[in-house]
Order: sequence, then structure tokens, then C-alpha cells
Amino acid sequence: MQLEIRGLTKRFGSFTANDSIDLTIEPGEIHCLLGENGAGKSTLMNMLYGLLEPTEGGIFIDGKPAHFLTPADAIKAGIGMVHQHFMLVPVFTVAENVMLGREQLKSFGRLDRKAAAERVRELSSTYKLKVEPESLVESLPVGVQQRVEIIKALANDAEVLILDEPTAVLTPQETDELMEIMRSLKARGTSIIFITHKLREVKAIGDKITVIRRGKVVGTAPPSTSEAELAEMMVGRAVNLTVEKDPHPPGADVLSVKGVTVIDSRGATVVNDVSFTARAGEVLAIAGVQGNGQTELIKTLMGLIKPTAGTVELDGEDISQHGPRRSLEAGIGYIPEDRAHDGYVGSFGVDENLVLDQFRNPEFSSRGILRLDAIARNARKTVEEFDIRTETIKSSLSSLSGGNQQKVVVARELSRPLRVLIASQPTRGVDVGSIEFIHKRIIEERDRGTAVVIVSTELDEVFALADRIAVMCDGRIVDTVSPDIQREEIGLLMAGGGTHE
Amino acid sequence: MSETESPEAPAPARREPAWMSLLPTVRMTLLSIAVALAFGAVLIAISDPRVVGADSFGGALKGLGSAIGGSYWALVTGSIGSWAAFVDTLTKAAPLVCAGLGVTLAFRAGLFNIGAQGQLVLGAIFAGYVGFAMDLPVGIHLVVAVIAAGVGGALWGAIPGLLKARTGAHEVITTIMLNYVGGSLLLYLLTNVSAFGRAGQLNPRSRPVDASATFPTIFSIHIGVLLAVVATAVVWWLLERTTLGFQMKAAGANPLASRTAGMNVPRLYMYAMMIAGGLAGLGAAMTVLGQRLSLTTSFAGSLGFDAITVALLGRATPVGTLLAGLLFGALDAGGVQMQAGQGTPIQLTEVIKALIVLFVAAPAAVRGLLRLKGKAPGTTMEAKGWGG
Repeated sequence: MQLEIRGLTKRFGSFTANDSIDLTIEPGEIHCLLGENGAGKSTLMNMLYGLLEPTEGGIFIDGKPAHFLTPADAIKAGIGMVHQHFMLVPVFTVAENVMLGREQLKSFGRLDRKAAAERVRELSSTYKLKVEPESLVESLPVGVQQRVEIIKALANDAEVLILDEPTAVLTPQETDELMEIMRSLKARGTSIIFITHKLREVKAIGDKITVIRRGKVVGTAPPSTSEAELAEMMVGRAVNLTVEKDPHPPGADVLSVKGVTVIDSRGATVVNDVSFTARAGEVLAIAGVQGNGQTELIKTLMGLIKPTAGTVELDGEDISQHGPRRSLEAGIGYIPEDRAHDGYVGSFGVDENLVLDQFRNPEFSSRGILRLDAIARNARKTVEEFDIRTETIKSSLSSLSGGNQQKVVVARELSRPLRVLIASQPTRGVDVGSIEFIHKRIIEERDRGTAVVIVSTELDEVFALADRIAVMCDGRIVDTVSPDIQREEIGLLMAGGGTHE
Repeated sequence: MSETESPEAPAPARREPAWMSLLPTVRMTLLSIAVALAFGAVLIAISDPRVVGADSFGGALKGLGSAIGGSYWALVTGSIGSWAAFVDTLTKAAPLVCAGLGVTLAFRAGLFNIGAQGQLVLGAIFAGYVGFAMDLPVGIHLVVAVIAAGVGGALWGAIPGLLKARTGAHEVITTIMLNYVGGSLLLYLLTNVSAFGRAGQLNPRSRPVDASATFPTIFSIHIGVLLAVVATAVVWWLLERTTLGFQMKAAGANPLASRTAGMNVPRLYMYAMMIAGGLAGLGAAMTVLGQRLSLTTSFAGSLGFDAITVALLGRATPVGTLLAGLLFGALDAGGVQMQAGQGTPIQLTEVIKALIVLFVAAPAAVRGLLRLKGKAPGTTMEAKGWGG
């Protein structure tokens, strides 16, 4: 089927989230929707999926107007959506999840599980989506759970599939597999709307690329367009995609991690005998697929988790038993992985968040009384310096876009003299323009002689920043390599496939 | 778009002074009060013999006017109609404000302090004991009694604080249980301990507090009332100007981020509960040393629970709590007049209080009733306290 969007506009009060958007998705086309965070991609897709009502304009299916008041209407019309956060019941099997909402019954109202499993098997072989219908969803890796979501959509006879940032949660290998699946869907006539801000993927899989900026379509491009051109369309100005970085000789060992083991509350060994050193003026990147112990390792470095065994030494002194306050005061800057949970207080203003871990500094308080003028001055200066887009310095953090929230956290940590900078997923969910800026600041911090430890699941980021790469898998550091290594090779290490010699 | 909860793009911000952002909240609160009074009017009408007992429609209509008008007029004159009425309002409001500030402060630290009642009782026991059992010089006696009240409340608040900090026990449960313990302790002291009361009485009552330990009055207002205003200012200052308040608010809004920022969140919980208990104890001092002048098992009435509603109505802000406390004090004072003069049951004021809080908690109901459009502010406040 052909899906056409004509002049679709969505306003929230005086704010126009989508401004007269035109888009045509032909049958069997992979149509990439590229745009920064806050560009209006999600608003557009929510209208297409019946979650939001358009202010103006219309949706046409094979030339006929369609009105979606609820997602059920959209599903009936043949539109399927795979959300970034999966909508699966973890304790149900794959087949049960797929049949949820349209259960087939046998006599006496019993569920026909067999028919559901059969349907899953059928779809899985037709579209090369390898999934066991009887497996429990919670036991499946993220990539496979995503396949279950796709099967769910296909079981509803979806002809247009919306994938909302599907690769954000995947390993490089899983991303490759997803691309294979997308190709086989396309071959069978399913159209795909692929939402992303990763340029590499767009070029690899897209048939057509539509770029959205500030709620408007700014242009379409063929996949042959260079990444730099796409980034420029997306951001509205030329973007430097490679981080400019001069070689910098590493200095002394600053942070030494020795034999750190963390056993979590369920008794699982999440960090297993990890040792490494971070040196002054060097970026050490810890690469790995999400959930391989990086989170716990970083929290141990910050004193947020006490290690079961091993020590974390800063300039020769064990800091692993001290707790976060001492670590911060010893000059460790920390950009946490999950900024909304650990990085800022959403109801606090920008000014307050900028001193969240610095309010004890004599500059910002004396004898337990806040120096509001100094806090405001600091906020104005930092907002300016880090180009944080906020209405006022008092605006609450939750009213800022994701990129600007991250900038607040980064700005807070980089605005003071540091011995060590620990940054976990420093650019997750951040748009291209802000990524460039944050990367530049991290390298500047390195050049100032700070020991930098980066944890990232994005290989692009690892290669852009790292002077050395430690690959983590299953709680262990499987190898430490130089950034000259091939992408495929490091991907293999991340998946636990052998050790680099 | 990835893990952010913010909408796709921030709404265009309005340039306006900070207090302007409070206007919708104030408006909704006033509307809630108006709607509650309207419901109260219906209750007056259907319970008044002048209306239901009238022999003609016209008579009923006339009765309606005089019943509702009369009752509400009595409410007004009984609370602010004369100097004595106004004094009565202030006297009843002051302990509510103090205990309410305790609930407010704990709330800002992410704790739902249901224990104001127990904290009041302990404050009263301490204040009362100093008041009638200790012999101290004039001036010092009162100061020591007031301090003792604060210490008693703070100790009672510290227990759930400590349990929360050390074991993670939920403060809602521990504070409720300590209310029972406090109440029973008071009964035990009044019936079995000779220093407190005379054993074997049906209505246990302690000895009266010495004159040297009671609040002196100025224009018949006891000066304890002024302490409520001072306490409001101090709590505001604590929350808005000090590093301790900064940390408490941070811990209340996001304990994980606060911990990551190097704050000792359990200790903050502990402090918040202690200060909250101390404020409730101060409220008890006003009751025992300014109003009742002796201890009875029912001296506090439902003060500790009204304190929770006062804090909620005041949107967990110090000034809001002060205003809400004054309103409730006025309802309490005026209710007496209403019953005495018009025969309208005093329970009606309780219903009106409950309805006000109900509508404040469910702004959608008010908007539905009044056919208002727009988004209500602060609707999530009540639910949040349970998250700790």
C-alpha cells in the first residue's frame, strides 16, 4: 500500500511541532526519517499511529483519506509500530505476546496457544525472523525481543512498519541482523519508516531519506548523499563529524583499578576481576555491549557501589570505600549513564542543577547558607559557555530537550578542575550538533592533563575519542587494544568472540 | 528521544515573573474552596428544618436563603466577625500551621509524614511535664517548656527517620504506628503516673500547667501564635536559602541523583523527620501552653491529621501552609458559632474541609463541574510522597 501524508501540522498551543509535512511512502520502500532530537519525528509518527490528532492536513492510504483516532484504527489500516521501549509482557512467551489482544479461543474459552505458536513460526520463516514461540520474553536478548515486536506488528497484517530508533538498543551484530530483516521485509512488499539519527545506518539501508528539522521537512536525499551533507541538513549548519584530536603523550597513572569484582544482590558476578589504569592526558574507552558490567564498574569507581573485592586507587590512595562525596571532592568528574535518574533533578532549575554536586564549594555557599547570587552568576556564565538552550536559568531541567539536559550535566562536571573524568554514554540521545560539542570538550579536558575514562556502546564514539580501548564482555575486560583496530574485530570482542592477540 | 521523558520539543516558555507561575495554582485552590462551599450549602439546605419542613415551595425557598445565608454568615462572624472571634481563629490556626509545616518540610524531602499526631502528643507530654512538674523561674520556665515540646516531637520524628535511613522501613507505616504508640503512652502517663495525673479518673486530665510556663497574651492573643509565623519564615528560609534545604529538596525530588552528587540521603531523611517532628512539637506547645493549659487524652483532637490536609492544601509550601492553616483555623472557630447560633451541626465544617482537600487533590473534578478548560497544575503532588 502507498501511504501519503499531506500538509500534516500539529500545534501544541502556540508551539508548532510539525509544520505542514508532506511525505509519501511507496510500497516496499525503506524510508528513512532523519532528524535531531526534538525535530518532530516522534510527533509525526504518533499522528500516523493514531496517538495524536493532527491539527491540519491529512493521511491518505492508496489515495483515500484515513482518520486514526486510536492506534487500533491505525493497526486496522495496516500500520504497525515498533516503539523504542518495547511493549511486551516479560513473563509471557513469544506466542502469548503475539496473540495478546486478539486471542483465538477453543471451546470453553480456552486459549488456542498452538495456533498462536504456529502463526509465529509461519511469520518467522517467511520473514527470516528467528524466534522460538515458546521462549519467555524476559529470557530473550534485546535484539530478539525487538524481533518479537516486529512479528507482533506483522501478525496484525502491517503493510507499513514504523521503527522508532530501533538500533539504539542493539549491538553492532544485532544491528546487522536487523538490517537483514528489514531487507527481507522490503522484498515481500512491506514498507518501512525507519527513524534514526545515525547517519551510517541511513546510508546503509535507506531507499529514500527525508530530513526533518524544527518540525519541517528540509529536504529529501538519496542514500548516496555523504554523511557530512546529511548532518548539515539535519543540524542546519556544517558539522564536523570527526573529532579533531592531536596525539597527546600520556602522563602518569592517575586512577588504578586493581582486581575489582562486584557481586550484585542476586549473587551474580557482574564485574569480574577487572584491572586497568587511566593515565593523565589520555582517553581510555571502555567499549562493550550494554549490560556487560560497565554500569556497575563505573559506579564502583565513583564509590556508589562498594566492590566485593579489589581496590580503586586515585594517586595511590584507595577510594573504593569512601562514597561519592569523597570521590567528587578528590577531583573526579562524573557524567552518569542514565542522566535522568542519576545526573540531574528534573524539578530543579538549570542554576541549581549546575551546582548539584558543587553547592558545598565556598564559592556557592558559606556556613551552610547558599550564595544565590554566585549560583546565578555561575549559571549565566555556564549556559553561555556551553550553549545550553534554556529560556531562563531558573527553568526546570525537565522542560529542556534531552541534548540540553545532557549539556547541563556535562557542563557541571567540566566546569571545575579535574583529576579524572568518568563519562558514561556521554552523548546518548544527544543530537549531532551537541555530540560534536561534547566530544570537543572531552578532548580539551584530556589535553589539560585529565585522565579520561569513557564508557560507550557506540563504536563511532569509541573510535572518535579513544587513545586506548578496553573491551568489556561478561563482566571482564577481554582485551585492551589500540584504536587502529578494525571495526569488525572489536565488534567480535564485544560479543565475546575470542581475544585479540 | 532516547531515554528522556521530556516532550519532543520544550513548550515555548513564557517570559513572566516567577510568582506568575503560581497564579493557576492559587486560582484552582480558590475555586476548590468555592466548590466545597457550594456543596456545603446543599448539605445545609437538605438538613435544615426551615427548608425540608416548609409547607410551601415559597416557604422552602425562603428557608433555603435564610438557612444557607445564616449558616455561612455565622461562619464568617464566628471566625473574623469580632476581635474575640479573630483571636479564636488565630489560636486554633497556630498549632495547625506548625504541625502542617512539619508535614510540608518532610514532604519536600520526599517523605510522607503521617506522624504529626504522634509527634504532637510527645511534644505535649514533654511540654506539659516541664510545665506542671518542674519549678523554674518566670520566663525561663516557658522557654524550657517550649524547647522541651520541640525536643519531644523531634525525638518522635527521629524514630521513623532512623528506621527509614537504616532499614528502609517506609515512613508512612512507621509514623502511623507511632501515632498509636504516642496516644497510648499519653493515656498510660495520665492514668498511671502520679506526676502526670490523678489515677482512676474517667476523664484523665493532668495537673494544670504553671502560670510561669504559659504563653503571655497581648491583646488577648497568646504570643505562641507569633511563633507560628516565625516558624513559617524559618522553614521557608531553610528550604530556599540553606544547603541543608537544598539537599533535602534534591533528595526528595531525585534521591538517586542526590546520592550521585555526593549527598548522604539517609541522613537527610533523618534530619527532615527530626525537624518535622520538632515543628509538630512546637504546635503542641501552643496547644498545651497557650490554649488548653493541661493534658487530656484528646487534647490534640485530629490536629495531626488536619496538619496533613493543611500541608496538602498549601501545596507543600511554607506560605501556602500558613494560609491553609489560617483557613482551617477560621473554619474551626466559625463552626462553633454556626452551631450555637444557627443549629447547623459543627460537623459541616469538617465536611467542607474534607471537600476542599478532595477538590484540590482532584482538580479535574473542579474543572468538570465548572466547565473549565486547560491543564491543572500540581496534580501529582499527593501521589509523589508515596514514592520514597
